[in-house]
Amino acid sequence: MTAVDPPLALLAELTHRCPLRCPYCSNPLELSRASAELGTSSWKRVLGEAAALGVLQVHFSGGEPLVRRDLAELVRHAAKAGLYGNLITSGIHLDAGRLAELVDAGLEHVQLSFQDADMVFGDRIAGFLGAQEAKRRAARLVREAGLPLTVNAVVHRQNLDRLDEIIDLAVALGADRLEVAHVQYYGWALRNRAALLPSREQLDAATAAVEEARARLAGTLVIDYVVPDYYAHRPKACMGGWGRRFLNVSPAGKVLPCHAAETLTGLEFPSVDEASLAEIWYRSPAFERFRGTGWMAEPCRSCERREIDWGGCRCQAFALTGDATRTDPACALSPDHSLLAGARADADEGAPNFLYRQHSTASRRSSEVVSLPA
Amino acid sequence: MSAERPAPVEGKAVLRFAPHAKFRFDEVRQAWIVLAPERLLLPDEQAVEILQMVDGERTVDNIIDDLARRYEAPRDVIAGDVVKMLQDLIDKKVLRA
Repeated sequence: MTAVDPPLALLAELTHRCPLRCPYCSNPLELSRASAELGTSSWKRVLGEAAALGVLQVHFSGGEPLVRRDLAELVRHAAKAGLYGNLITSGIHLDAGRLAELVDAGLEHVQLSFQDADMVFGDRIAGFLGAQEAKRRAARLVREAGLPLTVNAVVHRQNLDRLDEIIDLAVALGADRLEVAHVQYYGWALRNRAALLPSREQLDAATAAVEEARARLAGTLVIDYVVPDYYAHRPKACMGGWGRRFLNVSPAGKVLPCHAAETLTGLEFPSVDEASLAEIWYRSPAFERFRGTGWMAEPCRSCERREIDWGGCRCQAFALTGDATRTDPACALSPDHSLLAGARADADEGAPNFLYRQHSTASRRSSEVVSLPA
Repeated sequence: MSAERPAPVEGKAVLRFAPHAKFRFDEVRQAWIVLAPERLLLPDEQAVEILQMVDGERTVDNIIDDLARRYEAPRDVIAGDVVKMLQDLIDKKVLRA
């Protein structure tokens, strides 16, 4: 077993509260309430421990991190500890005063989500009337404040045909980077998979559009783009490998190897109140469980790519097969690879309605369902 | 905003780090690192040597001359490597002219 390196980045999920209700939200189906969130002093301690452990970048995320009134205080604490601070936001609550406060606290970069280039479609995906306008305003404020701006566009069956417009929007907003991020199918997105999974034709057109735009916009806009799992032959190296580069602290203080890890059953994730980040990173059973290659079965165990893709994604293996130790079905060598073809066929049959993200109430059956445009 | 593609890096260009790119020594790893939006680079020894000369004063030619002298290597070989690396970092918006 090779030595474990310190983590590079921390995803600090400050809250699950968010004004938007995107049906592919990466938060878990069971959302934490405000009363369960870590307080300011706990977060400060976590940020200090992260810097001491070797974390270099901290991504303030959520939910919507701007709903936390102590955000600037946390950003300042991170910056003083030497952490490079990034805000991942919907932009809805961003105003000039709030942004000035964050810039003064030492924020380095803003990643702003856009659900579409089109106002009507964007608001519908976000489940929030006026979202698109608020985002445009937020982008303008970020640029006026002199911060670098990344536009994050999650793409799927309902917006992929407007990728050219999304790219134009990123340029018009003065973004430095555009992340074209295909939906990853866990939690909410898995529930909505048949409505979100793109067709092969859509995917091919999108890949071509990205390649054309990259050449045309070199030096102006950097475009990050990864082919989605459901059309891949080899799995992604999820998180760069379990417990190798990243750690995540949930709103309630659970320390996770990735934001979806709590979907795995049978693993106990320690809380920041029980142990230091260093103890958890180097010694907790949860981080040891899928670290490296020792846990692998065939076909991963003898595969020459086992230290390239690290077996793919544990959460995806579990979500699709019920067994987190199996090879990620995204791999063509996986005996479960045909599951993906089945999901593609389901999506090609016609898009059902969205199940929007929401805090669980009396019954999941009463979840609001909103019709898609004809 | 949405400027034309910047010209390839020239010998007379004076490069500097982009405003929100940070080049610093990390005590935990005992190594130099570059931090930038959505990017984290762990440059190798040679890259570190080059980046330490990106100070907003020296030209690219100065950097190449210095390295050629230090390593007693043919200038054009050094120039090829240096320009390639700097161009890559300009494209990634880590450096700017």
